[in-house]
Amino acid sequence: MAVVTPPPAPAAAPVTRVARRPGGKWYTKVPGYGLIRTTHGLQRTMLLVGLGLILLFLVAALFADFIAPYDFNQTRYLGVPFGTQQPPSADHWLGTTVGGFDVFSRVVYGARTALAVVVMAVAASIVIGVALGVVSGYLGGWLDRVLVLVTDALYAFPSLLMAIIVSIVVSSGSSSALGGMVSASLAITVIFIPQYFRVVRNATLSAKTEPFVDAARVAGSKPGRIMFRHVLPNVSQTIPVLTTLNASESILTLAALGFLGFGIEPSSAAEWGYDLNKATTSDVANGIWWTGVFPGLAIVLIVAGVTLIGESLNDVLNPLLRTRGGSTTTADEAELVEVVMAEAGDHRAPFERDDAVPPVTAAGDSRAAPGEAP
Amino acid sequence: MTRPLLRARDLTVSFQTDGAPVRAVKRVSFEVAKGEVLAIVGESGSGKTVSSRAMIGLLPRTARIEGSAQIDETELIGLRGEAMRAVRGDRIAMVFQEPSTALDPVRTVGWQIREALQAHRRMTRRQAMARAIELLELVGIPEPAQRIRSYPHQMSGGQKQRVMIAMAIACDPEVIIADEPTTALDVTVQAQILDLLHDLRERLGTAIILITHNMGIVADLADRVAVMFRGELVEQGKAEDVFERPSHPYTQHLLSSVPYLGRERPAAMNTAAPKVENEVVLAVKDLKVYFPGRIGSPAVQAIDGVSLELRRHEILALVGESGSGKTTLGRCAVGLLPPSSGQLTVLGQSLDRIKPDVLRALRKRLGFVFQDPAASLNPRMAVGACIAEPMTVHGEGTSQSRRERVRELLEAVELPAEFASRYPHELSGGQRQRVSLARSLAMGPELLVADEPTSALDVSVQAKVLEVFVRLQHQMGFACLFITHDLAVVDLLADRIAVMKSGQLVELGTRQEVLRHPKEQYTRDLIAAVPLPDPAAQRLRQRQRRGAGLEVATS
Repeated sequence: MAVVTPPPAPAAAPVTRVARRPGGKWYTKVPGYGLIRTTHGLQRTMLLVGLGLILLFLVAALFADFIAPYDFNQTRYLGVPFGTQQPPSADHWLGTTVGGFDVFSRVVYGARTALAVVVMAVAASIVIGVALGVVSGYLGGWLDRVLVLVTDALYAFPSLLMAIIVSIVVSSGSSSALGGMVSASLAITVIFIPQYFRVVRNATLSAKTEPFVDAARVAGSKPGRIMFRHVLPNVSQTIPVLTTLNASESILTLAALGFLGFGIEPSSAAEWGYDLNKATTSDVANGIWWTGVFPGLAIVLIVAGVTLIGESLNDVLNPLLRTRGGSTTTADEAELVEVVMAEAGDHRAPFERDDAVPPVTAAGDSRAAPGEAP
Repeated sequence: MTRPLLRARDLTVSFQTDGAPVRAVKRVSFEVAKGEVLAIVGESGSGKTVSSRAMIGLLPRTARIEGSAQIDETELIGLRGEAMRAVRGDRIAMVFQEPSTALDPVRTVGWQIREALQAHRRMTRRQAMARAIELLELVGIPEPAQRIRSYPHQMSGGQKQRVMIAMAIACDPEVIIADEPTTALDVTVQAQILDLLHDLRERLGTAIILITHNMGIVADLADRVAVMFRGELVEQGKAEDVFERPSHPYTQHLLSSVPYLGRERPAAMNTAAPKVENEVVLAVKDLKVYFPGRIGSPAVQAIDGVSLELRRHEILALVGESGSGKTTLGRCAVGLLPPSSGQLTVLGQSLDRIKPDVLRALRKRLGFVFQDPAASLNPRMAVGACIAEPMTVHGEGTSQSRRERVRELLEAVELPAEFASRYPHELSGGQRQRVSLARSLAMGPELLVADEPTSALDVSVQAKVLEVFVRLQHQMGFACLFITHDLAVVDLLADRIAVMKSGQLVELGTRQEVLRHPKEQYTRDLIAAVPLPDPAAQRLRQRQRRGAGLEVATS
């Protein structure tokens, strides 16, 4: 989810050359490669560090069974108890908790819970929020007014309180692994829908007055087609950025739910917020630092990773924050040179330039050199 | 010629970007003498604005400027802070393209002129006010003592541009840079502003650098012309010489593309037109359209009782200035806007209380070409998908046959077939408008409404689009409502012309009647205001116009 393929360059960008070569190195085909290509300097560093951190947690989540030495709810090995609140050692790299669990194993398995909840929560809120936003913005009228009222009311409600209420309603506080994850993601979804709704609705309001929407209406397109084939692709630029920001917020909400005791049972899934809670109530005052520091560090790192991606994506996708680069010959000029040269016979001399004319084949030039492509 | 006043030498501007630096202006040299008008012409993006802004330090921080620009002996490049401020406004002033955004909306025009004065002259508030009134009078604003207290939104576009000019001449600058000063204005207002600039030059001896893309304006005002293309100055010379003997192929192409009101149609436009039949394709009877005003203000009457008929195979041009209701009429004709009252019959079908699915079926037989091709093509759809869209939504043919048809249509508008897989932003403005035309013709419409299809394009590509348009009309025979403000374009292609003003029809007749022997005074004014792209002819008209103006003023 963190790897977002770039949409076709925004209409505002006057850069006319789009590299679209059939061959190329293998890594050019990795999704997101094009995106990284468009970044520079600090921006690229931020993006790469963010992607690296997320990749780390992704690997931990997927291969937790191989990485973690013990299960997340294991308290004894070959019948011998781990012992509680043991400091880091060769057997338990990050020590054990007050409940006698292995801290390292719980941190690794915690990545799985966190990512599952984030993916579910963000996916659900995108699907619902974006659809509602487009429909509401495009159709307007009483439907729009009611939806805006409801989402504004949700905004006014403290989000964590809302998450707690939803969590209690869905699973009466705490429950099994799947139930707990679903209730946590549902609780987060309810908070995020208004955000997507509002962003997409406002973008739709301005996009629906664009001439290309009129053009679709004149062509006889039905409203549904106009909304989801014409308007939606043009309002979706802001979604990746919002998604990454929400992802970090949802991790924090999940941790907060766990911390407050409305999360997932320790025996059904590892969850960093719950571990932090246990650490603060019994360990911190006694100088037992390892039970709190490592789950906390995991939360900080994953949130930092997602936020870094979000911030750099914002820079990349927002054309206002970018200065243009690339070719100096616009499609208009390329076409003119063609026309004028045809009129003047083979009279190339006036257009010879000191900086060699770039091949403008992608820029609307019809003299696509046939022998050039590999 | 007298000693040059402002001199640019090897001016080079490059912009620092995320990628490689982009050179916007390359080694441009020009000069302008006292009392001289130098016109810098070129396509949009050719660097004409950038080079003049570079001289007064109005470029963003990412710009790097090399070379030299001097006013008298003062070097301007590299001048910063207070030193640059002393030059701006006092020695070099600027008039911008869009007067409604260049004026501060929350201050009165008097306050703004006073601000310009007090920035450079030590004068009291009272003195500055008196001078501001004088200035407003000088630029021809009636009742200047009252108008000084007006806010920009209370003035018309032409008046706002006059205020901008008053601010520019407030401190008697030696040079005025006018960046497309009339592009946002109607032709009749444009003529007045050009007269004003002409007059200022005569009376105050100000040098003017006029940046424009309109060859008619160049012919009207310029002594010398500098032609820019792709950031380079390709030709420079006296206006008469450049118009008569353009040496660079680009200038030749540009001049041959400018439509000339009153000349014979070029051969490419003069193919056999289909015979106009009697069958009425679009009938408008006593049409009225109101837009509800804001709370407390009355409704705006966009169309006030217009009746006209369009026959099969005919091109009817709808001309008028901004706010005349011509676009509103066009949008009504394809059902994008409901009429408030009156009758509207399209292809024998009344649009009054039409059901959505009947309208959708009717739209198969209608086409619409929008003004701005960049905005009217969905930026996220490939060109082929854009053209195929009407066929897709009406479920016409298989995807195979649609692809075939897209290829035919691209060929018809003279674009290569491989353009189907490109995105609109990869195309030039003219190519995009041809794609837009291809889309509107996809279903073989019987009625096409074209709303200012070439006014967002540069002249040099406009000619090609019009040529393709006329050829296709002759081949396919669709009836066309061609909406435009450009009379020279109308002369190229219309069978009949309807002139609109403030929502009403002023005159309706054949092209010959309306353009050669207009009956109404308004039509005559409109025709007289169009600047001709020929210095000799334009000077003659100018003299007549100003002579007539003087008579009116003295009588």
